[in-house]
Amino acid sequence: MAFAAFGSSAPTTQGQTKSGRVVLALLLPGLIYLVLFFVIPLVSLVLTSLEAPAASGKIGEYVPGFDIGNYSYVVTKYWPQIARSFGFAFLATIISLLISYPLAYFIGVKARSRPMLQRMLVTLVIAPFFISFLLRTIAWKQLLADHSPIMEWAHQVGLLSPSQSFIGSEAAVVFGLVYNFIPFMTLPLYTSLERLDIRFLEAGSDLYASPAKVFRKITLPLSMPGIISGTLLTFIPIAGDYVNASRDFLGSSNTSMIGTMVDADFLQNRNYPAASAMSVVLMGIILILVTWYVRKSGTEDLL
Amino acid sequence: MKVLRSFWSGLKRGSLPVYSLLAVVFLLTPIFYTIVFSFNKSLRRNTVWNSFTFDNWTHICARQDLCNAVGNSIMISLISTLIATALGTALAIALVRYRFKFRSAVNFALFLPMATPEIVMGAGLAGLFFNAGVGPGFVPTVIAHVMFCLSFVVVTVKARVQTLDPALEEAGRDLYANPSQVFWKITFPLLLPGVLSAALLSFALSFDDFIITYFNSGSVNTFPKFIYVAAKGGVPAQANVIASSVFLLAIIIVLATQISGHFKRKRLQHVK
Amino acid sequence: MAGELSVAGADLELIDVRKDFPGFTALDDMDLHIPAGQFFALLGPSGCGKTTTLRIVAGLETPTQGRVLIGGKDITDTKPHERPVNTVFQSYALFPHMTILDNVAFGLRQRKVEDPVAKAQAALDLVELGHVGERRPQQLSGGQQQRVALARALVNRPSLLLLDEPLGALDLKLRRQMQIELKAIQMEVGLTFLHVTHDQEEAMDMADTVAVMNKGRIEQMGAPEALYDRPKTAFVSKFLGQSNLFVGKVVDSNANSVSIEVGGSKITVDKKRAEKHEGTIAIGVRPEKATFHESKPTLGADHVLIGPGEIIDIRFTGVSNQYLIEVPNVGEITVFAQNVGKSPVVELGAKVWISWKVEHSFGLRDLPDGTEDQG
Repeated sequence: MAFAAFGSSAPTTQGQTKSGRVVLALLLPGLIYLVLFFVIPLVSLVLTSLEAPAASGKIGEYVPGFDIGNYSYVVTKYWPQIARSFGFAFLATIISLLISYPLAYFIGVKARSRPMLQRMLVTLVIAPFFISFLLRTIAWKQLLADHSPIMEWAHQVGLLSPSQSFIGSEAAVVFGLVYNFIPFMTLPLYTSLERLDIRFLEAGSDLYASPAKVFRKITLPLSMPGIISGTLLTFIPIAGDYVNASRDFLGSSNTSMIGTMVDADFLQNRNYPAASAMSVVLMGIILILVTWYVRKSGTEDLL
Repeated sequence: MKVLRSFWSGLKRGSLPVYSLLAVVFLLTPIFYTIVFSFNKSLRRNTVWNSFTFDNWTHICARQDLCNAVGNSIMISLISTLIATALGTALAIALVRYRFKFRSAVNFALFLPMATPEIVMGAGLAGLFFNAGVGPGFVPTVIAHVMFCLSFVVVTVKARVQTLDPALEEAGRDLYANPSQVFWKITFPLLLPGVLSAALLSFALSFDDFIITYFNSGSVNTFPKFIYVAAKGGVPAQANVIASSVFLLAIIIVLATQISGHFKRKRLQHVK
Repeated sequence: MAGELSVAGADLELIDVRKDFPGFTALDDMDLHIPAGQFFALLGPSGCGKTTTLRIVAGLETPTQGRVLIGGKDITDTKPHERPVNTVFQSYALFPHMTILDNVAFGLRQRKVEDPVAKAQAALDLVELGHVGERRPQQLSGGQQQRVALARALVNRPSLLLLDEPLGALDLKLRRQMQIELKAIQMEVGLTFLHVTHDQEEAMDMADTVAVMNKGRIEQMGAPEALYDRPKTAFVSKFLGQSNLFVGKVVDSNANSVSIEVGGSKITVDKKRAEKHEGTIAIGVRPEKATFHESKPTLGADHVLIGPGEIIDIRFTGVSNQYLIEVPNVGEITVFAQNVGKSPVVELGAKVWISWKVEHSFGLRDLPDGTEDQG
């Protein structure tokens, strides 16, 4: 009661200056690190995105400036990549959610009575984390390659026309993204469903709600925190990913995403301002979308 | 449509377990594939099943460059994990246990790196090092890895600190332990499971990271980089061997702790 | 066994202690003296400041102002681990990563006391849990954990033992049993116990002295019987048991008694049992001290008589019945009647008169909330 209420704030009230020093000692190293290697790089990214080519005209040499032109350049040149990145991210997030929710529900709610099974299933869901995601993606590439048994079957039943390849298509990229990010979706969903008090569901059906209604009115709202963090953990990295879309993995030259272009401009063309402008555009759109999403779902305090 | 309907009615009949099984099989298929192909007597490309062999396992370092890359990856992950875990644990304790002015601002600042795509963080750091005249390499890679692991450590340890009853530390103070004794004898041992899982997560993230590493490592090769480059020509079966052994090791550790934990709990219940 | 653990407890003094939290004052200039060897209970509703008092004594909170003295020594500025005080926490706070024996030996080891294991074992034996030393806290029941927490505190032979609602998490039956044990252990080891609780029965049952706290202040302090017999404030009269309170202007005052008039009835209290003798005052009586009559009785000046009223509610509580009587212009009066004869004595709706002996009336220092001074 009163004890619990005061307990958590105890250290603050125990000698302001001294606990102040402790907090500082705990916070400073991490915060300095955050400023040096997160905030400053982002600022420098913005500055670089405004640089103009050097007078020497040499490739890879730029001078500080205020060249908004870099932005119009990347937006006009790379708008298909921008659209594709966010389109893929949107689609893959939705599909991941649809696949993950029943799985997380089973593990978190239905398997609760058998803790051993529950723990095994959680382990299996996180198992992909323990093996290189590049190799897993290559495995899919080979499993779904043109003459693989799965594709032979797909051609036979008419899912694909005889001349169609799956690998290299946009669908294959989305497939790879969904596969790679299901664990990131399932885990937060599981965490919030696992905490769900079954008595709420029982109370719901006791109060004459049909199973569908219980789900919509009780289960879904209570698992909202899991849905929010799951979708964020999925959407953001997908929008910036370019490995799945790479022609050496599941994509082709027609599936390039924002990351592909940043990679090319930064590491090959040495057009640092363009690569930076591209990154800033990506980051900017994500921040706007995330802010809107979090506001809309009314879970700002979750962060 | 018909498929969908029968799927739905199947769900209704209680085949959620079957669905979950299928989903898990889906998740595990490429892992299974990777392990199987580590035993393939492959020619140049390890894409078609040829015949069974243990050679890849007995000659892991047949490709010296692969072994060097793995060695680099292990070093980078170990060092980054150590630093990120220490910094993140301190931040997590401060954020849960103390009320200070900019607490929510700090919370938000720590959330931001998780909301930043790897490519942005990678390009930003690479630009910073470039502008500072520091070439890409081992140290920049470690710095970058610590950065993206930090937020995940904070989130994981924070959850553990939140479950810790402040009365336990107070009891320690009450029983004649000074602040540092309270930390090392009570707080730290109780936080240890959370700190360990944060370290494990950190190691896994770091070991498997490709994009940020690609931008900041320069000539230093890592395991993911090796695979990415090799993907053009064909990944040697030894890469499968290494990935499989890391996987099996991790799974054995996790399963062992879970099973022992399970029996411990069972035993506890029994005594009661 | 007890001989080894028993020490002379020290007295505790709080002088002018104040504690401000952002937004509210938890303790308002509190003065308190607890003599050595006493079982002292701080009783009050949640948020009254009793836990804050305890935490200040333990050193877990720093007072905004004031001094704390134990055995005459000022310890206000010392840290918790430097104080000769131990606490039994509400949640027990047993360290889950240590065995029971290690838990009990923790304080001894911190102070580098010789032979900590044997002493810890002795303390466990004292609470009759000598056989569980190798177990973990999670393996014990609530009552057992509670006793381990007690042993862990007692083994350090503190001058003062603080108990923060130590029985709050136990079920009723176990709680009553532990009350007896706790009291027995206190008598055996002779320590000063400062016990914080919101359970009035627990406080009355165990403590030598009870202090009733409300809104950061001690309202009244004394032996349990005295507190019950003569509450001095409206809060105490309602928090410790039940009371019927009447508020009115003093209409009659002589050498021995004071009377007020309420709704045409005259209610009298002995002068020495009243805190205030003029103006608007509140006079109360305990429900079990009042009786009712089905016809108007003839009583002398040594009785208070009110009525007639109507019985509006009867509740059966086992040993007694509670009757709620509505008296026009006076209000509702509760009367307890023992179930010795036929039960209930009267039916709902019956017309009755209420009376009690003047010597059972008590006069309060303040007025109950929601009543106005009619002076």
